[in-house]
Amino acid sequence: MTPARHGSVATAGRPGLVWAAPVLLFFGLFALLPMGAVVYLSLTEYSGIGTPAWLGGDHWARLLDDPIFFDSLWKSAALTALSWLFQTAIALPLGVFIAAPGRSRALLAAIFFMPLLLSGAAIALLWTTLFDPNFGLASVVGPWIGVEDGNFIGSPTLAFYCILLVVSWQFMPFHTLLYQAATRQIPHTLYEAATIDGAGRWRQFRSVTLPQLRDTLITSSVLIVVGSLTYFEVILIITGGGPGTATRILPLHMYLEGFRSFDMGYASALAVVLLALGAALSLLVTRVTGYHRMASQREGL
Amino acid sequence: MAIASRRRSTIGAAVLALLLTTAACGTSGPGETGSEGSSGADLHLWTLQNEGINEVQQAAIDRFNEEHDASLEMTTYVNDPYKSKLQTSIGSPNAPDIFYNWGGGNLEQYVDADQVAPLTEALDENPDVRDAFLPSVLDVGTVDGEVYGVPMQGVQPVSFFYNKDVFAEAGIEEFPATWTEFMDAVDKLKAIDVQPIALAGSQGWTELMYLEYFLDRLGGPEKFQAIVAGEPGAWQDEAVVESMRMVRELVDAGAFGTNYASVNYDNQGSQALLTSGRAAMELMGSWEVTGLNDNFPEFIEAGTLGWADFPAIEGGAGNPDSIVGNPSNFYSVSSQSDDVEAAVEFLMTQMTSDEYVQGMMEVGQVPAIAGLEDQVGEGTFGDFNTYAYEMVRDAPSFTQSWDQALPPDLSQTMLTNIQQVFNGQMTPEEFADAMEQAAQ
Repeated sequence: MTPARHGSVATAGRPGLVWAAPVLLFFGLFALLPMGAVVYLSLTEYSGIGTPAWLGGDHWARLLDDPIFFDSLWKSAALTALSWLFQTAIALPLGVFIAAPGRSRALLAAIFFMPLLLSGAAIALLWTTLFDPNFGLASVVGPWIGVEDGNFIGSPTLAFYCILLVVSWQFMPFHTLLYQAATRQIPHTLYEAATIDGAGRWRQFRSVTLPQLRDTLITSSVLIVVGSLTYFEVILIITGGGPGTATRILPLHMYLEGFRSFDMGYASALAVVLLALGAALSLLVTRVTGYHRMASQREGL
Repeated sequence: MAIASRRRSTIGAAVLALLLTTAACGTSGPGETGSEGSSGADLHLWTLQNEGINEVQQAAIDRFNEEHDASLEMTTYVNDPYKSKLQTSIGSPNAPDIFYNWGGGNLEQYVDADQVAPLTEALDENPDVRDAFLPSVLDVGTVDGEVYGVPMQGVQPVSFFYNKDVFAEAGIEEFPATWTEFMDAVDKLKAIDVQPIALAGSQGWTELMYLEYFLDRLGGPEKFQAIVAGEPGAWQDEAVVESMRMVRELVDAGAFGTNYASVNYDNQGSQALLTSGRAAMELMGSWEVTGLNDNFPEFIEAGTLGWADFPAIEGGAGNPDSIVGNPSNFYSVSSQSDDVEAAVEFLMTQMTSDEYVQGMMEVGQVPAIAGLEDQVGEGTFGDFNTYAYEMVRDAPSFTQSWDQALPPDLSQTMLTNIQQVFNGQMTPEEFADAMEQAAQ
């Protein structure tokens, strides 16, 4: 994680700093440099034409004055929390389920992984058609669940849950895959020991599988939480942030300000907020969970 | 083209967004300075992708290059990425010499940045070229009395399209000419359990068309001109509020059904309603005809499609012959071009040439050129093209789509707010106040 320090005993025999040079170069060129540029742009007035004009902190003041910003921040937070809950609640048990050997499970897994093979834009176009209230799936399913006219993505309250559904549907297979792989890594001896101790299947799941999946749970959570800050193209295509601003989450707000309103300066300020949020979130998750200590759960094995 | 100009090409846009930071520092970046701009004779023309139209454009370029020993080159783009690309290129060393634009506010921002070469002088030297364009269309390429863009493709007025079978079933003999008759028709259509109007309300620009026509009929084109000019109080004008009230009346009367906010234009959601007879009509730009022909050819072949002007509103100050829509798209010359003279020469020699105009008509466009009465009537869409051509020719005013005429940030706010009025989250008065505030 951290560059090697000279003289430290712990670093003896480790590769020198020069090994990290290509990565540092890439990171500097494609991460640090744009980050610096976006911070600079957030302090300028820039429509994309000509050169950015220095403005100072006006965009940052406007940020505090922008009701859509706070609304989109809240919607991003809600989408993050709910999609974490929704995806984990399904992906974890499903991953454990398909980790066990069996042909029917393998077939099920193959079908379930389909969304992972599709691009985000394709998924969004597919769902846009399914959500058509007159001719799509929405017209069939709607009456079953009390939405007689199939008005899902056009409803200011339901549109948000539609987005949650699509985004979760899109990323769940990936997390299932993580849990499946991790479950297969759990040493068999643990289950044998548990069986000898008289543990049933539920007890084995709770006392062996779950604790062993702890690191995977953290990895998956970090990916979901940080990844949710980049959910974007699916919403842009299905609802465009609407109806009104009902599904305008922070990344989408940034895009619309930058590439529809051509207010690059303000969009950059929003981008900086996103950047800070993403970094803070991922730090927070790894700190709280103790992931950074790289502790093992395999002691004694 | 028509559809492409409207279709939100979200895929490319999505990719672009990921590049926000890189795109934003494009002007300071290295760009392509090494390969372009150094050899004075190379000229670049940027336009939108459209198979039929691109062929006609390329033919004009080939003719020009041959006659003038020049090397003008065409590059094509998809709609939404193009807007971003153009915005970040104008004023940079990568700027094109001739570029496609939407006229109005879109063009004005480039003019304000001193990036566009004026064309008035060249047009005065070529009066036959100047007089060939329909004046109401050329107006949209004009900023503060100076022409900066010339029309380069067809006119796209907005009108009603209706299903003749459904109208007959409801016992409506002719498309209503006045608003009272129109509301009668809405009731008659509801009586036979048909949704009177198909509306792709998940996209704000389809809803905007109603506001555009209401304001034009109620207050005349001056009301929107005041809005474009940024006059204080223009959005709070009684005619704007009244227009929005008429929107609410239509919505409350159930004219759009209940689930219009979920319907999408790009996947033919509203067209399917119209052609299947579940809805009776749709207010749309002239691209609707070619669009329907692509997606529902049997509907066009059966001759079930009718079209009609937006009805007159009794007591309104506007002329019922006035229209709204996209007058055309325009070519402008970059003032930073290495050879402004040659670029202007291209526009003067090609845009009104017989070959170009004829070619445009062959691919279904209705050029903004005077004196084509006999020719536009030929071909598959002859009937409609004649209708559209005469409508534009005889219109006392042709108001440009508001989302093109207004600055991009204001038009985004407007589209969001219009959706909220249609969905009952905002009142007409709140709309006027919110827009007035955003415009200041």
